[in-house]
Amino acid sequence: MSININITDEKKKNVSITKFQSERKIIQSAAVPIELENIDTDQIIPARFLKATTRDGFGKNLFRDWRYENNNETKPIKDFALNNTIYSGKILVAGKNFGCGSSREHAAWAIKDYGFDAVVSSFFADIFKNNALNNFLLPVQISDEFLQKIFKAIKEDANAELEINLEEQYIKIISTAEQENFEINKYKKTCLLNGYDDIDYLLNIKNKIEAFEAATV
Amino acid sequence: MSKTLFDKIWEKHIVQKIEDGPSVLYIDTHFIHEVTSPQAFAGLNKRGIKVFRPKQIVATADHNVPTLNQHLPIKEELSRLQVEALIKNCAEHNIELYGLGHPYQGIVHVIGPELGITQPGKTIVCGDSHTSTHGAFGAIAFGIGTSEVEMVLATQCLLQSKPKLLRINVEGELNKGVVSKDIILYIISLISASGATGYAVEFAGSAIKSLSMEARMTICNMSIEMGARCGLIAPDETTFNYIKEKQFAPKGDEWNKKLTYWKTLFTDADAVFDKEININAKDIEPMITYGTNPGMGIGVTKNIPNINDMDDKEKTYYEKSLHYMGLEAGTKMKGKKIDYVFIGSCTNSRIEDLRMIANFVKGKQKAKDVEVWIVPGSKQVEAQAQKEGIDKILVEAGFMLRQPGCSACLGMNEDKIPAGKYCISTSNRNFEGRQGPNARTFLASPLTAALAAITGEVGDVREYLN
Repeated sequence: MSININITDEKKKNVSITKFQSERKIIQSAAVPIELENIDTDQIIPARFLKATTRDGFGKNLFRDWRYENNNETKPIKDFALNNTIYSGKILVAGKNFGCGSSREHAAWAIKDYGFDAVVSSFFADIFKNNALNNFLLPVQISDEFLQKIFKAIKEDANAELEINLEEQYIKIISTAEQENFEINKYKKTCLLNGYDDIDYLLNIKNKIEAFEAATV
Repeated sequence: MSKTLFDKIWEKHIVQKIEDGPSVLYIDTHFIHEVTSPQAFAGLNKRGIKVFRPKQIVATADHNVPTLNQHLPIKEELSRLQVEALIKNCAEHNIELYGLGHPYQGIVHVIGPELGITQPGKTIVCGDSHTSTHGAFGAIAFGIGTSEVEMVLATQCLLQSKPKLLRINVEGELNKGVVSKDIILYIISLISASGATGYAVEFAGSAIKSLSMEARMTICNMSIEMGARCGLIAPDETTFNYIKEKQFAPKGDEWNKKLTYWKTLFTDADAVFDKEININAKDIEPMITYGTNPGMGIGVTKNIPNINDMDDKEKTYYEKSLHYMGLEAGTKMKGKKIDYVFIGSCTNSRIEDLRMIANFVKGKQKAKDVEVWIVPGSKQVEAQAQKEGIDKILVEAGFMLRQPGCSACLGMNEDKIPAGKYCISTSNRNFEGRQGPNARTFLASPLTAALAAITGEVGDVREYLN
């Protein structure tokens, strides 16, 4: 691999926490389906919950206004997927154009904090996709046809498991063994598999950035 | 080789290209605000590093500030702490802050242009999706997440993949009563809320060229509502005249040098786009949205579309959307009663918007049961409105004039539309709950919103214009 990222010892300690750990190169789990298109980040985490100054604790307000009647935590909306006890797992599956709208990274933090490691859709909004990747939340973009197969498999068996293999870049419906490949650029894949982030990379080429500035002034 | 406007700017900002990966893109100007920056500063502190180029960053408080009594301490504790965190972070890192009380304070996408910081050929980012606004000057400007804010604070660079290129040509003369907000709502209704995802969009054509800078900003502002990475318009005399004499515009020899460069920023005649869409300006009516994404818009005289010819997936979404809005397929939007009018946001809160409204409502009274909020985009807009007597006209019409901020566009502060109520809004998003839990939003132009303020219902502004 042509990507060379030097990591300091101090950074290595942090990496061990955030790393897309080796055991997670493969995510195998049941999935939670939200069969709706155009899910925007205002639904994922409404603006009134963006007042925090840390990245923690957003999971409890994930899909807040779809989860509770009139914002009342004692009145969960039973048939919403996150409240429906037949669904579980570390994979969220949703309709096309997932994460559109506001750039709020809090949406990715909320999904991750709730306990998801991957989001599967036939189409992601650009900013959300970047935000997810920067938080080691894997956006798996597949064909609409395969997405419908996944929804169907979950409909038939709420415990239907999916296997997402980042190294090999495929997603598989375990029960039917149907699978499809997904795209991810080589750089991002290396980052996810090794727990590197873009800032590590950029800090490492600071002399190049300074040279660029000097040349363009 | 022929190049597009986008290519010319993009190529000039590439520090390095990663094999099979993104490019390292140099960022000229970084705007920050209180909501999406605190975690980025915390990240820097954790890494023990300082901001790399503080002089290329401008901060303001807009998303989470009250729009009444801004001279008093912020009542709501979490909001106050967030604004205080911005003050502290800017002080620690030597970043210029136009916070509450400063004569330059305002919505980040209003103040950048009006201060002359937004300029052609720049790369501009902000932790806010409507950063696309600045593309109206012929800049590459786009919204980023907080991790990316941290990257830019730390290195003045981002890792970005080059988007595909789409050109939308709007040719011809605009119909009476049709303004730039209608153009962009029309485009989004044609190509959908995801129609430009993965693309940078250049807006071109005689109808676009005829627009003022503020009108162009409204168009680029809503590029994100069709999923575009950014929107841009080639700079021309209109652009240069707007920037000249602004506070932070280049002066003297520097101005001449920049102007020479800016004049090279256009798409070459035979440059190729991945996709092109041609629109006839004559086809555009005053627009109104009826659903829960900005692509769900129609001409104000049209009926809400029927669901017969949709597939099941679309039907599910569509029915959920109309149910939320309390509307029925096949019915008219014209005549629909409204409860609130919100005129504000980074889309339509500039002085030209306020002039347009004042001109229309002068001598008229708001409808009895309607509440009308006018939230100017910045302290400078507010001051200019006062200078021109616009404030008096609006107050006499029974409108409530508030202080600058994002306000009811996103309902993050206390400016929320109550559950179940209908609001005609000049903002950019009609998502469920956007303006407050269970609030219902109709997006429209400032003219159409002003008309609704007077009549209390959705109407066709053409019937009232001579």
